[in-house]
Amino acid sequence: MRVLGFLLRKEFLQIFRDRTILGMLFIMPVIQLLVLANAVTFEVTSVRMAVVDMDHSSMSRGVVTSLAASGRFVPVESSQSQALADGAMLDGSVNMIVVIPEGFARKLETMRRAQVQLIFDAEDGAAAGVMRSYASAILAQYSLDVGAQIFPVVSMRLSPAAERAPVRGRPVLEVRHRGWYNPALDYREYMVPGILVILVTIVGSLLTAMNIVREKEAGTLDQLNVTPITRTTFIAAKLIPLWSIAMVDLMIGLVVARLVFHVPMLGSLLLIFVAATIYLAGALGIGLWISTVVETQQQAMFLIFSLLMVYLLMGGLFTPLRGMPVWAQWAADLNPIAHFVALMRSVLLKGSGVRDVAGHLLALTVIGACVLGIAVRQYHKSSR
Amino acid sequence: MSAAIDVHEMTRRFGNFTAVDAITFDVQRGEVFGFLGANGAGKTTAIKMLIGLLAPTSGRASVAGFDVATNAESVRRHIGYMSQRFSLYEDLTVRENITLYGGIYGLTDDEIRERGKALIGGLHLERAAGARVASLPLGWKQKLAFSVALLHRPAVVFLDEPTGGVDPITRRQFWEIIYDAAEGGTTILVTTHYLDEAEYCDRISIMVDGRIAAMGTPSEVKGRFGAASLDDVFTELVRPQAVAVAQHA
Amino acid sequence: MRESGGGGGRRSALHAFVIKELRHIVRDRQTLTILLLLPLAMVVLFGFALRNDINDVRIAIVDASPDAATIALRNRLSGNPRFSIVTVARTTDVVEPLFRRGAADIAVVFPVGFGESLSCGTSTRLLLIGDASDPNTASMMAAYVNAVIASYAADRGVNRQSVQIVPQFRMRYNPTLESVNLFVPGLIALVLMLVTALMTAISLSREKERGTLEILLVSPLRPWQIIVGKVMPYLLLAFANVITALVAAWLVFHVPFRGSVVLLLGSSVLFAMVGLALGVLIAALTSSQRAAMLGAIVVTMLPNTLLSGLIFPISSLPGWLRPVTYLAPARWFIVIARGIMLKGVGMSYLWKEHVVLVVMLLLLFTAAVKSFKARLA
Repeated sequence: MRVLGFLLRKEFLQIFRDRTILGMLFIMPVIQLLVLANAVTFEVTSVRMAVVDMDHSSMSRGVVTSLAASGRFVPVESSQSQALADGAMLDGSVNMIVVIPEGFARKLETMRRAQVQLIFDAEDGAAAGVMRSYASAILAQYSLDVGAQIFPVVSMRLSPAAERAPVRGRPVLEVRHRGWYNPALDYREYMVPGILVILVTIVGSLLTAMNIVREKEAGTLDQLNVTPITRTTFIAAKLIPLWSIAMVDLMIGLVVARLVFHVPMLGSLLLIFVAATIYLAGALGIGLWISTVVETQQQAMFLIFSLLMVYLLMGGLFTPLRGMPVWAQWAADLNPIAHFVALMRSVLLKGSGVRDVAGHLLALTVIGACVLGIAVRQYHKSSR
Repeated sequence: MSAAIDVHEMTRRFGNFTAVDAITFDVQRGEVFGFLGANGAGKTTAIKMLIGLLAPTSGRASVAGFDVATNAESVRRHIGYMSQRFSLYEDLTVRENITLYGGIYGLTDDEIRERGKALIGGLHLERAAGARVASLPLGWKQKLAFSVALLHRPAVVFLDEPTGGVDPITRRQFWEIIYDAAEGGTTILVTTHYLDEAEYCDRISIMVDGRIAAMGTPSEVKGRFGAASLDDVFTELVRPQAVAVAQHA
Repeated sequence: MRESGGGGGRRSALHAFVIKELRHIVRDRQTLTILLLLPLAMVVLFGFALRNDINDVRIAIVDASPDAATIALRNRLSGNPRFSIVTVARTTDVVEPLFRRGAADIAVVFPVGFGESLSCGTSTRLLLIGDASDPNTASMMAAYVNAVIASYAADRGVNRQSVQIVPQFRMRYNPTLESVNLFVPGLIALVLMLVTALMTAISLSREKERGTLEILLVSPLRPWQIIVGKVMPYLLLAFANVITALVAAWLVFHVPFRGSVVLLLGSSVLFAMVGLALGVLIAALTSSQRAAMLGAIVVTMLPNTLLSGLIFPISSLPGWLRPVTYLAPARWFIVIARGIMLKGVGMSYLWKEHVVLVVMLLLLFTAAVKSFKARLA
């Protein structure tokens, strides 16, 4: 234990002496959190819209006005030719084209049904999907308004018990939506815990791997290996400092999340820290394992980076896990990032307790123990 | 009382390549043993096996009375090692390095303080004790690394090309420290390229192509080859091999 | 070994130097294998796995007074392959624990007397409670459930609107919103950044740490030649990566190539060069491999992943953040790659993006050479 103390002192001295590293450990995460949290959202605020109105009726203008009134669609062009609008989409100056065919208003009045064409630039697929859902909601509402204008009492006649139906075409079966935990549908609340996981993971696994490989490259590892330090002491001395730094980063991150992004923290912070402790054992274990199989920092960084990229993108951080094919969901069961992200989100946003997230905790423990176990076994003081 | 280093038929292969080919030698307590050979002759591999960084493929070796294959941990407690690459922590200060290695070898705080003071005094490093090792000149670094390797008073010290790139005056000082340690009963195995240094050793061995080609006191070795200097011996032993190695590459 | 290959002038020195650098990489089998296989693996893996669409919505039904109408609607929901009903309960108390465990996504709450209201035509209200901790997924799921309810309502003859404006949606350039089509250009950008910026930054700072760079700097090679020699192998590697990624995308996922492949490859080289220049600059400005690596990650990987439109649309960013994306080379490259692959446009539409990349390249390269010289002095 005394030896461990000496080694820990050395590790901390080395870390705190390197100003660049220090800055990157404590300041960069905050900046990243501030910037990235704003970057990760699918909400689309200003869709540039080209309008091709061939009907020139008050109703066709109403379609455009109702879209524009939502604040999400901005009419930037208006022309009589779809070819012009197509060109604008090709060069990227508009993301959406609204084509209102001739006779739109007449059809609505006579046939009660008319079409408009909405063309989206699906080059950016995520945005296109979001724009589509905004637009359909707006048009559905506009249909109701128009219907009420033209045929104020029509819907009463259409429904079987007309007399008791409400006036002005109100639907009989109304569906109400309520979103729990995030009624304002602020995507940042959902993403901030995930970004925190990224930051903590990068600090933990990357620096662990680099730290040991650095000593390999410098030759100091051999020097340590000829001393009577036990394997456990050595590994503990390497993991404890980076583990505590990652935990401090997590704390700083949570404070920023609370103060800047107003992320609700419904659940127990203690639970978060317990889970983080277990999770980091695995994350640092991966770093340790990598450091045993590579010779240079370049290789270490590259391996860690590839692994992290796969883990992050397949961990349900940016795209829902449940949208993945079955094999990928199985793979996610083995992915500690997936469990920790799910746990963070559910504890912070939904107030889940130990029992609710027991599955994730168990998985994290098993994965962490395996990874760390393998890494420790892999680490030899001498080469065979 | 067994020899400080006792090596019997020790061999190390990497795939098809035999780096160390069944070498046998022993080093007595308090002896300064010079380990000579051309680059790639297998000196470093042999040392790595003796200090437990590399497992021998076959044969056996014991250091300070402990078998290197089965009891590497006990070996480590009784040896000091200084590699050809400088391997103290450059981003720590002189004193911090001393404290670290003292702590690792289980010295008490008092011992660390006293021996550290003596070490710094002996090297005349008082003014640089709080400076980062990176800022020291190479010669000082090497002397410091050697003194740190002696800090826990090991029975056997392995020095792998300790004087590479060091000026002649520092080299002389270096050898003074080596003799001091040997007089105190420490066994020293040192590899070097400088044949004048080899003359300072009690006994030397010359490795060629993984084998020991000559062994004995410097004068014995010179006598056996009828050579005036170790330089001539070395050239004679090594040249054909060196040519072969060059062709091989 | 081949220093005296050509006329003995500077060109042959550069040549020998490039060969030496290439050897370094080729000898390191492990890294080389990963470098060549990684992009392939990523395209295949992410191509199959990353979807925004959800095909398994877990519904909790809260039905206080079951009747023929509620059961009919419930059956309709459970009959839809997209939905699975995890529980049917009488009160909403069950919903919270289910959400907390993450065992249900949405709750459909029937009002008391649902069937009766429908048959006598009074207004009635269904409540959908979504677990909106993931707002996107929640709204998507609500829309799916809504559609089923609407079709049920239509069949029951309720909710007839007086008029209907029927939007016809066209998803131009990617009609099925196939996510792999969108990811491939972005992935290429990411992989290129990885092998160019990150690898060069580390490899150069390693030579700095070891002092081998000084040896090169005192050689008759000029600073720009050293830089070119160092980055050339990575450029080749990057080129190989682009080709493997594209071939995989084409063979496995049938990602369309509407535009000129030659232009795409050319633009990839341009983008790779920007990455390389960035890597060199980072190496020049940092003092250790560790710092270079962290620097490279902070200034290249994260912005180029998250501020480039790769996953999250740039149009979603808050206004103050949008100008920041202009600094991420990947943002421009993704526009180019998507433009060429999906829209089939050429230089006449993409010249702006190319100009930006060229300007970035010139600025970064000049800065890199300058800071290397400064280090020498």
